[in-house]
Amino acid sequence: MQTLHTTLLIIGGGPGGYVTAIRAGQLGISTILVEGQSLGGTCLNIGCIPSKALIHVAEQFHQTQQHSQHSALGISVSAPTLDIGKSVEWKDGIVDRLTTGVAALLKKNKVQVIQGWAKVIDGKTVEVGDTRIQCEHLVLATGSKSVNLPMLPIGGPIISSTEALAPKSVPKRLIVVGGGYIGLELGIAYRKLGAEVSVVEAQERILPAYDAELTQPVHDELKKLGVTLYLKHSVQGFDSKSNTLQVLAPNGDTLNLETDQVLVAVGRKPNTQGWNLEALGLAMNGASIKIDHRCQTSMHNVYAIGDLSGEPMLAHRAMAQGEMVAELISGKSREFNPTAIAAVCFTDPELVVVGQTPDEARAAGLDCIVSSFPFAANGRAMTLESKSGFVRVVARRDNHVIVGWQAVGVGVSELSTAFAQSLEMGAQLEDIGGTIHAHPTLGEAVQEAALRALGHALHL
Amino acid sequence: MGTHVIKMPDIGEGIAEVELSVWHVKVGDMVVEDQVLADVMTDKAMVDIPSPVHGKVIALGGQPGEVMAVGSVLISIEVEGAGNVKESTQPAAAVKEAPVAAPKVEAVVESKPVAAAAPRPAVCQGPLVAREANERPLASPAVRKHALDLGIALRLVRGTGPAGRVLHDDLEAYLAQGQSNASSVSSAYAQRNDEAQIPVIGMRRKIAQRMQDATQRAAHFSYVEEIDVTAVEELRAHLNEKHGATRGKLTLLPFLVRALVVALRDFPQINARYDDEAQVITRLGAVHVGIATQADIGLMVPVVRHAEARSLWDSATEIARLATAARNGKASRDELSGSSITLTSLGALGGIVSTPVLNLPEVAIVGVNKIVERPMVIKGQIVIRKMMNLSSSFDHRVVDGMDAAQFIQAVRGLLEQPATLFVD
Repeated sequence: MQTLHTTLLIIGGGPGGYVTAIRAGQLGISTILVEGQSLGGTCLNIGCIPSKALIHVAEQFHQTQQHSQHSALGISVSAPTLDIGKSVEWKDGIVDRLTTGVAALLKKNKVQVIQGWAKVIDGKTVEVGDTRIQCEHLVLATGSKSVNLPMLPIGGPIISSTEALAPKSVPKRLIVVGGGYIGLELGIAYRKLGAEVSVVEAQERILPAYDAELTQPVHDELKKLGVTLYLKHSVQGFDSKSNTLQVLAPNGDTLNLETDQVLVAVGRKPNTQGWNLEALGLAMNGASIKIDHRCQTSMHNVYAIGDLSGEPMLAHRAMAQGEMVAELISGKSREFNPTAIAAVCFTDPELVVVGQTPDEARAAGLDCIVSSFPFAANGRAMTLESKSGFVRVVARRDNHVIVGWQAVGVGVSELSTAFAQSLEMGAQLEDIGGTIHAHPTLGEAVQEAALRALGHALHL
Repeated sequence: MGTHVIKMPDIGEGIAEVELSVWHVKVGDMVVEDQVLADVMTDKAMVDIPSPVHGKVIALGGQPGEVMAVGSVLISIEVEGAGNVKESTQPAAAVKEAPVAAPKVEAVVESKPVAAAAPRPAVCQGPLVAREANERPLASPAVRKHALDLGIALRLVRGTGPAGRVLHDDLEAYLAQGQSNASSVSSAYAQRNDEAQIPVIGMRRKIAQRMQDATQRAAHFSYVEEIDVTAVEELRAHLNEKHGATRGKLTLLPFLVRALVVALRDFPQINARYDDEAQVITRLGAVHVGIATQADIGLMVPVVRHAEARSLWDSATEIARLATAARNGKASRDELSGSSITLTSLGALGGIVSTPVLNLPEVAIVGVNKIVERPMVIKGQIVIRKMMNLSSSFDHRVVDGMDAAQFIQAVRGLLEQPATLFVD
């Protein structure tokens, strides 16, 4: 068995791990990164990126289909057909380019990448196959895995998001179990690709993590697209002979829903199993590893970042944590202290939440002004055929410092940048109201929401 | 109507100058006969100047702290009748009336706190906008990172930006203001720029002069010895129990006085005054023990005269009387001068070792340190004894080290075997 020595060892090559490695390389720290599958992790390979690619394909196909039927825009095309194999190939091309890019960046920064599954021996020792690696600092970045339901084991017609992102064909009928953002993003995409889609959700509304006002436009769009919602329904089991999903209705009846595929999307859990993490005996915070404001675990010089360290499980959080940990290891004084981490749902319409929602602000005891501006009054939204949705701002009543932004509407994911920036800079309503926002853009709704909070919206 | 002028009296033999310490009246006051007008001071004696007449104060002859010649005009009082000066001499006294004419010594104590009167300086701690205890300080990511680099806790920095936002400039200001306490600030006080000017006058000036004189002229040498006072303390407790009610309580001081008296019989060179100008040493048969005493106005040394002719209780009573008089500023000039050796004690604050300054022209001063219980080895056994140090200074110009050491050893022997204090 050969033994390697390094200052920093990172387990996991996802957004958390590879960013840690790049930054550590920049800082001249000798670094080894261990990845068992593909660089880029869930995000690049089976998560964020491929899902956005598939959503784009679905949207393009859906738009073309719309034009072939009744185009208000005056476009006339014949009914489109879909070669899903080519679509997946296109998506894989993007994933390839990105993962190859990550590998090149790691190489450029003199990070040694070791392919294989890590097995933790102790806080300073990890084995990969017959290689033993000794390190001074250990960063755990093994990400998360889809939560499985015992009565719906993945296989055959029962798929997880991973399989859903690499379809060989579009099923005629798809039932999505879970009305969270993953289930809805994929469910809407599949609907637009032509599948009959139903969503089973145990809670009384979709996207239960967000408030009802914010999710209503998504709810409306699902109806318009013809997605069947089974709210307050819970899954009982699957009969593979008849391809029926048994679902318990709120009135106690059991429904047998015929389907071709079942997508299980009931959330993700930290990946703590199968790599001998137990050897470290780290303090846990529920299912995730407990960390402090420097991502330090209960063991000296052992850090946990990203999904492994719990909610919010977002790639951009993992990256920021990784960058910080690398700087910390280089001897800098650092803390993970963001004001807000934006959360985006690429549903139709898109949904953005940054900072505190009105309910959260109230719960925190803040006296707040809440104000929203509808896209129905925004010129750019109209030219995008988007009339639903709004931008909402939450600001302290005493000093007008903005504590939260929410938006729902076509293309609002890009507004997350402005939202996060205004929160990090400590902007007041007057700052946003006094900033000239280009016309015609969706961003004008941001400015108008701030003006409306101050009592003088111009276009309402 | 006439004017009665009081001149600075001659209150000491051969003294040409007297310091005006305190005025008890001001211009315009009505005074009655025997009312105290002022305190003046010579050497270490404070003297009251009473009014011999009824009348109205029309002029003061000087400012407190001013050293005035004996015979100069101290105060002018308007009286019924003729007074004691002719009209023609009046203007001379009146000149002093103008308060601006006199102040050679600035008597105003500048203790007005600057911070209280002026607005707080721009650079200071604490938030401008009230922040809740757990509230995040408002600051941009760049400022937050910079604060971490500098090791500054943002919540301690006053934000001058909108809504109390902490700016880069605020970090700079915070650093400039408290380099030393950047990391552990909570106990720091606001920066102060006020100062207080205390004129060195009166007693303080005298003490300063005498201390400077003593340290510049005498060749101080200090000697410290440890003394087992268990036995003398037992004796003291016994005597207090037996006679305390009738004769008064004894402190350790009268025993020390007695020890000096007995020891000095064999060391006449220690009980002496050295006139270094005349180059004469005067050895005294009498033991006049100065007792250094802290009064409100400063250090005073009243003198227990002829300690050799006093009993323990006699000494104790005299020490108590003189200490009270000195503290009240009522000790006479005689009571404050003429010592041949000095005892200085800070009691419980006596510390372990001190280096007393000689009370010139004496050649010895004996300092008493505090009594503490200590484990001591006696005949191979560890026993708890009451121990006390004597820290003494001698004028090495005229006292040899061997003599001084032998003298203190004699004092020690007397105190450790208290019977020998009284039995030859």
